Amino acid sequence: MYDIEKVRRDFPILEREVNGRPLVYLDNAATSQKPRQVVETLTNYYERHNANIHRGSHRLADEATAAYEEAREKVARFFVAPDTIGLIFTRGTTESINLVAHAWGRKNLREGDEIVLTEAEHHSNLVPWQLAAQATGATLRFVPIREDGSLDMQEAERLIGPRTKLVGCIHASNVLATINPVRELAGLAHANGALMLVDGAQSAPHLPVDVRELDCDFFACSGHKMLGPTGVGVLWGKPDILDEMDPFLGGGEMIREVHLDHSTWNDLPYKYEAGTMNIAQAIGLGSAVDYLNNLGMDEVREHEKHLGEYAYQRLSGVEDLTLYGPEKDRTGIVSFSLPDVHPHDLAQLLDEEGIAIRSGHHCTQPLMRRLGTVATSRASFYLYNTEKEVDTLVGAIVRAREFFGAFAR
Amino acid sequence: MNIMRELYTQVIMDHYQRPRNRGELENARLEAHLLNPLCGDEITVYAIFNDDRVADVKFSGQGCSISQASASMMTERLVGKSREAAKAEIAHFKSMMVGDRAFPEQDDLAALKGVIQYPSRIKCATLAWTAFQHGLEEVDKGDGS
Repeated sequence: MYDIEKVRRDFPILEREVNGRPLVYLDNAATSQKPRQVVETLTNYYERHNANIHRGSHRLADEATAAYEEAREKVARFFVAPDTIGLIFTRGTTESINLVAHAWGRKNLREGDEIVLTEAEHHSNLVPWQLAAQATGATLRFVPIREDGSLDMQEAERLIGPRTKLVGCIHASNVLATINPVRELAGLAHANGALMLVDGAQSAPHLPVDVRELDCDFFACSGHKMLGPTGVGVLWGKPDILDEMDPFLGGGEMIREVHLDHSTWNDLPYKYEAGTMNIAQAIGLGSAVDYLNNLGMDEVREHEKHLGEYAYQRLSGVEDLTLYGPEKDRTGIVSFSLPDVHPHDLAQLLDEEGIAIRSGHHCTQPLMRRLGTVATSRASFYLYNTEKEVDTLVGAIVRAREFFGAFAR
Repeated sequence: MNIMRELYTQVIMDHYQRPRNRGELENARLEAHLLNPLCGDEITVYAIFNDDRVADVKFSGQGCSISQASASMMTERLVGKSREAAKAEIAHFKSMMVGDRAFPEQDDLAALKGVIQYPSRIKCATLAWTAFQHGLEEVDKGDGS
């Protein structure tokens, strides 16, 4: 196991205070903090190597290009991708999924075709498909979740059939802390000639991910949730499928030859990287991946699994508190609600004690409806959080409950 | 700042736990629904009129202490007001919530003063008022005025 105190020293922000208390940052599912190493990579790039990539014939352009392409190789290796040409840098998970919904969806979907998603998708893996369905006449179907938050795989088997063209699923839920059986879903999809898209926004930062083992055709994730800068994300796709698709954005770099009336497309992955990319951010993501590799993703997973289960167990002891999702095998997320304290009020009271959590619908309004609520509170942990921070959280929740309860009497 | 003293005042907590005019009005001439996209909170406001005057106001929906308490206070403020006076009252309240006008000293509304220091909560405080404003605009349109 890694030395947690040593790790925490790599994150200068964890030393700051909020309202006179040490910051307890438990909103990692929204975005993670960044280690010094990543920030230094960004600074070093801007101070020493900054140039536009792929098209300059000068020293800085060569250095910037080499650093950018090295980041691509690092990230591809991190996800055990069999190649780098299928590894496309995007702005984040949302853009990655929109890319597929446009470039693959608009070309391949027809009336009568079906896209199978789940009830627990983040809006980013729902709304792009609603738009694609509107544009093509395809229909959306949804795998329901069971009471414990797990997917109803019997329903999945029934729903995924010959009309299915694509199955999309959130790998790890940003609310329920479940890890979905995406490999099984990929099996069902492929048996019916459909493609499998995995939304890895909440798995890539927290679990070892091997895109070959998941057997998916597309994998999407965001850099900023895995120690990297904002503005960079990843779409990995099988090259033969990416090759067949139309471009997403048109412009510089994604072309081979341009005439006034038509153009031809660049090779993968450049075909999908139009315009000047977020170069520094991609290089920063490469540095984030180095950091994660140094700790080891198995260790990161072990640490967070423990924190998630510990938090679940401690919070089960708080009177009247409802917890969502399974008790075991959870990721480092706990979603909960208290009958007398609205999530927004709870977040505000915790902020007063220096604790950052999220309240609201977590961009999963259909899931909230399924859970019979409009909003929950969510604490989400990362590789630098500690048991002591969980204890601080639980203490503050108990005080908030007492505070609101006192007025009710 | 002490959040318990500045934000969650006795007055706010009283309106939250014992809201005034909570419920629905059947056949209300004014009925307006509004969602706070930030947190998913929702509110519906209802009003019936006696000629031009607001005769009764109610609100339903769910939300945090600030949005519910503010809605409760609003219903008390608007009853008896003419439509134009209600619009002016709403405009005045919203300008207080962005710091352009001072809060009254001797009024329940003064309890919402602390909210200004929490930018993410200002929308909670103005939710019901904005819904009522939209409702009044619809009523005006129905009159052809």
